[in-house]
Amino acid sequence: MVEQRPSERVRLSGRGQPQKLLKKPGVLFVGGGLLFFALVQALLQFDVLNNFWRGIIFWGAAITMVALGLNLIYGFCGQFSLGQYGFYAIGSYTAADVTWRWTHSDPSGIVVVLFGSLLVLLFYIGVSRLLGAFFRVNVMTRFTFFVIATIVALAITVRFLVPSLGPVVTGVLEGLPSDVSDRIVFFLALLGGAAFAGIASFLFGIPVLELGSDYFGIATLGFTVIIKVLLDNTDTILPFPEMKGARGMIGIPMWTTWPWVFASLVLVVVVMRNLLHSSTGRAIVSVREDERAAQLVGIDVATSKVLAFVIGSVFAGLAGGIRAHDLAFLHPQNFNFIQSFNPLIIVVFGGLGSMTGTILAGFVWIFLLEGVLRLYLPAGFETWRFVVYPLVLLLMMLLRPEGLMGRYEMPFLRKKLPQLRPGVATVGDTGDTESSSGDVGANGEVVA
Amino acid sequence: MAALLEVRDLHVSYGAIRALHGVTFHVDEGEVVTLIGANGAGKSTTLRTISALLPVDRGEILYAGEDITGVEASNIVRKRLIHVPEGRRIFSPLTVRENLEMGAFTRSDKDEIEASMENVFRLFPRLRERIAQTGGTLSGGEQQMLAVGRALMAKPRLLLMDEPSMGLAPILVEEIFDIIKEISREGVTILLVEQNAQMALSVADRGYVLETGAIQLEGSAQELGANPQVRAAYLGG
Ligand SMILES: Nc1ncnc2c1ncn2[C@@H]1O[C@H](COP(=O)(O)OP(=O)(O)O)[C@@H](O)[C@H]1O
Ligand SMILES: [Mg+2]
Repeated sequence: MVEQRPSERVRLSGRGQPQKLLKKPGVLFVGGGLLFFALVQALLQFDVLNNFWRGIIFWGAAITMVALGLNLIYGFCGQFSLGQYGFYAIGSYTAADVTWRWTHSDPSGIVVVLFGSLLVLLFYIGVSRLLGAFFRVNVMTRFTFFVIATIVALAITVRFLVPSLGPVVTGVLEGLPSDVSDRIVFFLALLGGAAFAGIASFLFGIPVLELGSDYFGIATLGFTVIIKVLLDNTDTILPFPEMKGARGMIGIPMWTTWPWVFASLVLVVVVMRNLLHSSTGRAIVSVREDERAAQLVGIDVATSKVLAFVIGSVFAGLAGGIRAHDLAFLHPQNFNFIQSFNPLIIVVFGGLGSMTGTILAGFVWIFLLEGVLRLYLPAGFETWRFVVYPLVLLLMMLLRPEGLMGRYEMPFLRKKLPQLRPGVATVGDTGDTESSSGDVGANGEVVA
Repeated sequence: MAALLEVRDLHVSYGAIRALHGVTFHVDEGEVVTLIGANGAGKSTTLRTISALLPVDRGEILYAGEDITGVEASNIVRKRLIHVPEGRRIFSPLTVRENLEMGAFTRSDKDEIEASMENVFRLFPRLRERIAQTGGTLSGGEQQMLAVGRALMAKPRLLLMDEPSMGLAPILVEEIFDIIKEISREGVTILLVEQNAQMALSVADRGYVLETGAIQLEGSAQELGANPQVRAAYLGG
């Protein structure tokens, strides 16, 4: 009974058996994916799809990534969030700023997102180690430490690394052919947008999620509103004149092409799938099912929530960079409070806890709303969204609360063992099963 | 030998409500110890505090010679101190099998999980029959079995059980207590909280009587069973 040393368990635990549970990507899936990629590429190549429809497809992919992130946070981890558009905005503006500066012969953006993010990460590891040495560190103390670490790391980057490494970065990149260096810069910009969204969500998530606040939804809405206000004032309150505040940022290079879009989307889908099927993913899902029960089986509830929140936000940040370099123009109005309902509607439509549903709903939503309706409805219909959104949500909740796809997953995203899906008998809401368990209980005891 | 669990002068409150004021007791390795007391005495609060679901105001909790006061709940489980809570708290949308797998969440010896599950099914054959059924559709007794089974999946060294007989038909109560004895025989130390003092004392080595947040009496199960006060208050005369 006593042979296992506790210290060993702590180190080894958390490594689940994800590989065994995952289906290998089937021929159908890989083939279908490649075919889809080639088809869109060909249609774009031969101008069958004009710029308008190209934009719709790219937009659909970006929104899908944002919505997948939200599904991770809300659908899989159970934390209702309206913050996705805030992180989408952070990703957009960060990535756009990096490439804008580069095309204006300024490598500082690259240095900040690349070395700044690394430094922040190093500082975070240091702070975690430091705090880990103490028992019972209060949440606000942890938060304060991480905020200070972030500020110091970024200050060091701007003050010392930009002047010293900037010329080096420029030198290296200018030694390359310009189309290669542009791609490298774009890649780093996308990474930077994702990283900054992740840093922001981490700092925001520690106090709000770990305090176990019921007001998480409200707080995330507040976050989106604050980000919008900051974007309106990037040239006054914040020191980013190139973002031009409420007038909107122009001159972002149009570097987003179909391969970038497709690769990002595939990356998001694969990362999310592998995460969900790992033991970390099981922890995230069980937090949704019952926090107290999750605690009792040894799941670190607070960490699971923060992790889901950060990863979901990173997806949104990546999507932002993709979108920004297709639009070539960013306006704070793109990220207002009403817009932030987009991913929520998509997730509810596709089904909370269904990746397949989110992917379908994401593309369909943009295709219908921004494509078909915009072409065929008179101008000015956008104002009616205020009416349409709540109605659509309401109808959905009433008619099919589990979403169009329920918790169905396509085979590639599914596990061999049906771990996430409730049994046939209990599809529907848990409230129902709970109230009925009493009756069953009586029966069971009679049988006994 | 030293106590496996030692609780010293434990003070716990819910906001302004003070639930425990100075609870002291210990559980030795291999023992079954019961904590009996009326509704609201603070039994569940004591267990919740030991498994770190509630913070300690004052006092100490020592486990296997180590001060675990303030250690996070997830790390308590990793030390194989497992809590079967009041009201079962199984994952109702998950199947029996998945619930049991969740119980093994912190284990690193993944190869032996199937063997542990076999062991649970040996103790609770009824769970095997319901392996693909979701937790929410089980009867009350089966849910209790699942809660105990899930705890066993973590390979407990010390098992905290909160009113496992609550709300069960008499025949199922007998069954649950037989299984408690069986688990104890397999070498697991048990701290059992019960309102059903008669049954609890029948399986326990020692016991404590908790009243309004403090220990009033302690003794061997026989002593407590013979004590006139205990008989009057908890054994119906
Ligand atoms: N969540 C709670 N919030 C406030 N007070 C509580 C809570 N849980 C228990 N209490 C109070 O703490 C005291 C002890 O409760 P508890 O430990 O549940 O008793 P027992 O398990 O012995 O019936 C009671 O007075 C009860 O009202
Ligand atoms: Mg109780």
